[in-house]
Amino acid sequence: MSILVIAEHDNQSLKTTTLNAITAAKELGDDIHILIIGSNCQTVTDAAVKVNSVTKVILADDTVYEHQLAENVATLIVKVVSNGDYSHVLSPASTFGKNTMPRVSALLDKQMISDIVKIESADTFVRPIYAGNAMATVQTTDDIKILTIRPTAFEVTVAEGGSAGVENISSAGDAKLSAFISQELTKSDRPELGDARIVVSGGRGLGSKENFENLIPALADKLGAGIGASRAAVDAGWVPNDYQVGQTGKQVAPEIYIAIGISGAIQHLAGMKDSKIIVAINKDADAQIFGVADYGIVGDLNEVLPELMSSLK
Amino acid sequence: MMKILVPVKRVIDAYVKVRVKSDSSGVDLNNIKMDINPFCEIAVEEAIRMKENNLASEIILVSIGGSKSEETLRKGLAMGADRAILIDCGDQELEPLSIAKILKEIATKEAVDLVLMGKQAIDSDNNQTGQMLSALLGWSQGTFVSEVKKDDDGLIVTREVDGGLETISLTIPAVITADLRLNEPRYVKLPNIMKAKKKPLDKMVLADLSIDTTARTKTLKVEEPVARTSGELFEGAANDTVAKLIEKIGNKL
Repeated sequence: MSILVIAEHDNQSLKTTTLNAITAAKELGDDIHILIIGSNCQTVTDAAVKVNSVTKVILADDTVYEHQLAENVATLIVKVVSNGDYSHVLSPASTFGKNTMPRVSALLDKQMISDIVKIESADTFVRPIYAGNAMATVQTTDDIKILTIRPTAFEVTVAEGGSAGVENISSAGDAKLSAFISQELTKSDRPELGDARIVVSGGRGLGSKENFENLIPALADKLGAGIGASRAAVDAGWVPNDYQVGQTGKQVAPEIYIAIGISGAIQHLAGMKDSKIIVAINKDADAQIFGVADYGIVGDLNEVLPELMSSLK
Repeated sequence: MMKILVPVKRVIDAYVKVRVKSDSSGVDLNNIKMDINPFCEIAVEEAIRMKENNLASEIILVSIGGSKSEETLRKGLAMGADRAILIDCGDQELEPLSIAKILKEIATKEAVDLVLMGKQAIDSDNNQTGQMLSALLGWSQGTFVSEVKKDDDGLIVTREVDGGLETISLTIPAVITADLRLNEPRYVKLPNIMKAKKKPLDKMVLADLSIDTTARTKTLKVEEPVARTSGELFEGAANDTVAKLIEKIGNKL
């Protein structure tokens, strides 16, 4: 039996989350296939064949897959799984995986298991429930296990040393149920939130969009950090939606997470409490964020941040 | 005009602290405040706005759960939905695939044009049911949606994705799942709560539907996450507190 990993990519590069999923796959078996579904994605394929431990790269390259619409992508995955001999099908629990994998699961009549943080055995997995306030150990009787894995819970597999062969497969066509119109992607030279070694995150305590923009990016740039935000800051329109860290936003686990003016609602903690070191700056000594912080500064962020900036010079 | 089905789930109140049972069998829900799942509430609100904008003719709510899910349905009716269906499954906890199969049956029987639902429930955090339902029905799918518009051919939805926002068009019938920023649900007014008591609410039991809901998974245990404890707290003048922080982690920054 083999393990199938669905690649997350943007037709140009293989996303790091795919390499997290491969690490999870290695705990399940040693015949690991990567399925790449995209359009004009030769560079992704070139990267995938080099990934350590990958035995085969399966490529479905067709213009129909340019924007990876769930209906079309799921149909193709189902075709590959049905024609293969797979015990597990994995994808990162990113918006790509969350959008696609339940569809695959239903079409195969399997009960998927979402957002796995630990593999106990081939059929038993640990996943957070209730915004990470409880951890459930779940066992499945399904013969083919459809899984999404939380990227921050698994190391990145080295993207070198492999020499997998490529199998080209034909497109499963366009169901014509949905069509891409446009996208607005946040452009930034900073590290991606999920990959950053340090994350600087701002919340309601910053008081205004202007204050957020004046204080947070400057500190992030000084530290080479990614920028995150609480739901309050996103809802207020200070930053785009994809900055949100939390239960329904992104889950991050950087080496250092710096929470600035964030009170620490459980929904926010769900997205960052696996960070190695948590630093919190908040004027309210009773803020919940201090309950999970390794180091906390009780004080006015408008005084603390300039002081921190000058100390870092 | 569209007929809209909105599935709603009764869950622990989003602001209540979750306690794991000492025998690791699950989360303690005894005497805990329960409410409509926040994402479901957003879906109900969006359906009502579509009706107010003459895009929808009827809004039908459905809840699959214990008998107390009637409270959740009444809340949605008080917000402005037209009628409701309760599928009582007692204490049985159904998996997303089973829920999707039941919803498929209801959506087909009621001949709805759109299923509008929350992207996930805040208890099990699966984020699966809408996508599964869409697949089983063979309908178009718009997940994690922050804006819905109608045009001549179908629906235009904006989705919250990891890199930002994506806009796609959907053919009708469709399944749409709501994200947090789709809207701010209205407050329910007292006269509407009274009126909601008189709105039609049909009750069924799971056995009335011949759907195989055998569980594929078993929860072996539910445990507290590894607790993080609070560390050192620095108070006082900014230059002093920052100096202490730098002393601790300056070499890692």
